[in-house]
Amino acid sequence: MDFDDTREEAAFRAEARSWLEANASPLEPGETNPGLGESDDPDTIRAAQAWQAKKADAGWACITWPEAYGGRGGSPIQSVIWGQEEGKFRVPPNVFGIGLGMAGPTLMAHGSDVQQQRWLPKMLRGEEIWCQLFSEPAAGSDLAGLRTRAERDGDDWVVNGQKIWTSGAHYCKWGILVARTDPNVPKHAGLSYFVVDMESTGVEARQIRQISGGANFNEVFFTDARIPDANRISEVGNGWAVAITTLMNERASIGSGGIGGGGGVKDLIALAREVRDERGPLLENAGIRERIADYYVRTKGLQFTSYRTLTALSRGQTPGPEGSIGKLVAAKMRQDMASLALELQGLAGGTLDPSLAVQDAAWQEAYLWAPGMRIAGGTDEILRNIIAERVLRLPPEPRVDKELAFRDVPTGSQG
Amino acid sequence: MDFGLSEEQRLLAQTLGRYLEVSISPARVREIAASDEGHDAVTWRGAAELGMAGILVPEEYGGIGLGMLDAVVAAEAFGYHCAPVPFLSASMASVALAHGGSEEQKRVWLPRIARGDAGLGVAVGGHVSRREGAGIRARRRRLHGKALFAIDSTAAAGFLVATDDARVALVSRDAPGLSIEPLHTIDATRRFSELQLESVPVDGWLEGHEGLVDLLIDAGRVVLAADMLGASQRAFDLAVAYAGERKQFDRVIGSFQAVKHLCAEMAAELEPARSLLWYAAHAFDAVPEEASLVAAHAKAHLSEVGRFVVRTATEVHGGIGFTEECDAQLFFKRVGVARSLLGTPEQVRERAGVIQGWVAA
Ligand SMILES: Cc1cc2nc3c(=O)[nH]c(=O)nc-3n(C[C@H](O)[C@H](O)[C@H](O)COP(=O)(O)OP(=O)(O)OC[C@H]3O[C@@H](n4cnc5c(N)ncnc54)[C@H](O)[C@@H]3O)c2cc1C
Repeated sequence: MDFDDTREEAAFRAEARSWLEANASPLEPGETNPGLGESDDPDTIRAAQAWQAKKADAGWACITWPEAYGGRGGSPIQSVIWGQEEGKFRVPPNVFGIGLGMAGPTLMAHGSDVQQQRWLPKMLRGEEIWCQLFSEPAAGSDLAGLRTRAERDGDDWVVNGQKIWTSGAHYCKWGILVARTDPNVPKHAGLSYFVVDMESTGVEARQIRQISGGANFNEVFFTDARIPDANRISEVGNGWAVAITTLMNERASIGSGGIGGGGGVKDLIALAREVRDERGPLLENAGIRERIADYYVRTKGLQFTSYRTLTALSRGQTPGPEGSIGKLVAAKMRQDMASLALELQGLAGGTLDPSLAVQDAAWQEAYLWAPGMRIAGGTDEILRNIIAERVLRLPPEPRVDKELAFRDVPTGSQG
Repeated sequence: MDFGLSEEQRLLAQTLGRYLEVSISPARVREIAASDEGHDAVTWRGAAELGMAGILVPEEYGGIGLGMLDAVVAAEAFGYHCAPVPFLSASMASVALAHGGSEEQKRVWLPRIARGDAGLGVAVGGHVSRREGAGIRARRRRLHGKALFAIDSTAAAGFLVATDDARVALVSRDAPGLSIEPLHTIDATRRFSELQLESVPVDGWLEGHEGLVDLLIDAGRVVLAADMLGASQRAFDLAVAYAGERKQFDRVIGSFQAVKHLCAEMAAELEPARSLLWYAAHAFDAVPEEASLVAAHAKAHLSEVGRFVVRTATEVHGGIGFTEECDAQLFFKRVGVARSLLGTPEQVRERAGVIQGWVAA
């Protein structure tokens, strides 16, 4: 174990930095990049795509992905170094998280060669943006209770049903979809996993307004939408296993700070230096310093945990259920940090006026997003259940729904 | 010992609650929140007819002359309905005028407040903390400087402005040299403005009470704590109701111990907080030597409890809790701003520490 840059790593860092210097401008002190938050206007998305393509051309998009898909074939530590360096520059928000962090790894694990060749390169270049069509009105935590039906018709599947909370559906090209292909077997066994073209007939997205004021997520309605069988990932009936791969990757990427936006502990420290009361900068207030120090330490713990996850990934392992720990801790801590950041600003903390709220009101946005991050990708309670049952091997709660055929489950058969 | 609400107070809570239930539905709250003024004049007028606007105004000036505990009961109801009405500033101004106003000032302003007419916004932010980067200096009956976060500013006919030397001035809204810049906060049901004062003539000083600014702030803290209690209580009620309806895994989610415990935790936080608040209200009227301290304690504590409850209530709702459409968000935001108003928890606890002699001022 060694945390200093080795000679090769230092060389890689220098190379990354010089490319960034030539292609982007550095952040001013105290400036932060906007979070994913409200980033759905067409200009922002175009800017994000342009940046991603530029990186791809120079081999900086997806450091760890195989060269066959346009990646760099680099190591996880190189990916960390790249992230550290890129984070010092003014860059558009990353709207590719669901594709690169979740759909991509899932396709690598379960997709055919043809499927990988068709989707991964364009995903990597940001040419096609991806969304995740898992949750339904009656199937959130109980994802396997989903009711959207896919029925075989010749070479196609015909899909009917409704998804909800689909982030980015209104600007995405592709969606990863879990649908019920067999209601006559127990709920987990009757699911299959598809890739759906969001522009095809019978797929309609309607935006939902969230408490932060933006409308990034959607209801998506399927009415006799057709998906070619060639877009099915893995075998019919194996959808649950594929979905778990996606979810593990989702939790790992939220836990390691990949999704969710908002400032980090460094920004919090900068804030506490900048804001003063009659006795000086707030960072000199022992009570405040102590709280920030605690977040600092926890952030480090999470950061090193994410390095471990990355190392595991580089050895070809799927992130395990212990990845849930990172997401559980990070989401709650970010909520606490955003709350402290607002408080440090006194009443200005409540304002959305960037002229009064420091760091371009990024903390206000983080504050409003925080409750969502404790829900997206598995709620705190579900993650605790997973940790207790899968990691600690405690006996599961008694369940009535698991073994019955889906159509015989009392609520399952209604839809 | 007799520590609880009286029959009259329970009736007051019920009557006001019923009225607000009809007058200010969540849909109406959203409508008002989206408007420029952010002030529900109709509901406020109706509440005034029930005596609520003048709850702390002495009877001889048109009010019903009740005490702080009654005001707290009312404030909880306003918070419970997320009412976009100026009850906070009305209470603060009533206390300030009743204790420190001249006969003429009382005659002019108290009946207006009690009727629910445009009242007085309150600008005391600079006195709570220098951090806001503001300050008001008085020279020859004129005010100079900047007051951030004047409370209930959009519908006010005038302002009570605390100066740096801790005096309270009355300023009319149309005074020359006064500019009022509305601010956008997370909570659109309570409106604030930044006041710029360039040689603004003072209509009058409230000089009849030593330490009036502190009294004003104490009153505001108690009322605001009650508002947060009401808002949290509502978020809690919504969460418990949802936990009893929503099904996942073929069970009502409230049957999962994880969810049950979240709900029970909220209850366990709320009840002691309510008792603390009632005592603060009682002390405000009856135990003057303790009033400031317990007002600070109540404000700081309700801020913490409120934050925990609104967050937890959102969590119980799952994805729907993160939407504009879910009523819980109204209370999430109400508490989010009230938490820092009249002092962040840390500032208010610091003040309590000084009063208790734990640290030097
Ligand atoms: C910001 C955001 C973005 C999202 N983006 C996407 C997306 O792109 N694609 C997508 O498919 N989904 C997305 N989601 C949906 C998300 O995955 C679900 O909201 C989440 O899984 C919870 O489901 P639910 O909303 O139905 O809540 P519910 O499952 O109804 O949960 C309600 C409450 O019950 C609790 N609960 C439920 N079951 C149990 C149990 N067994 N034990 C203990 N407690 C339990 C939960 O913890 C929660 O507190 C997003 C959500 C958010 C907030």
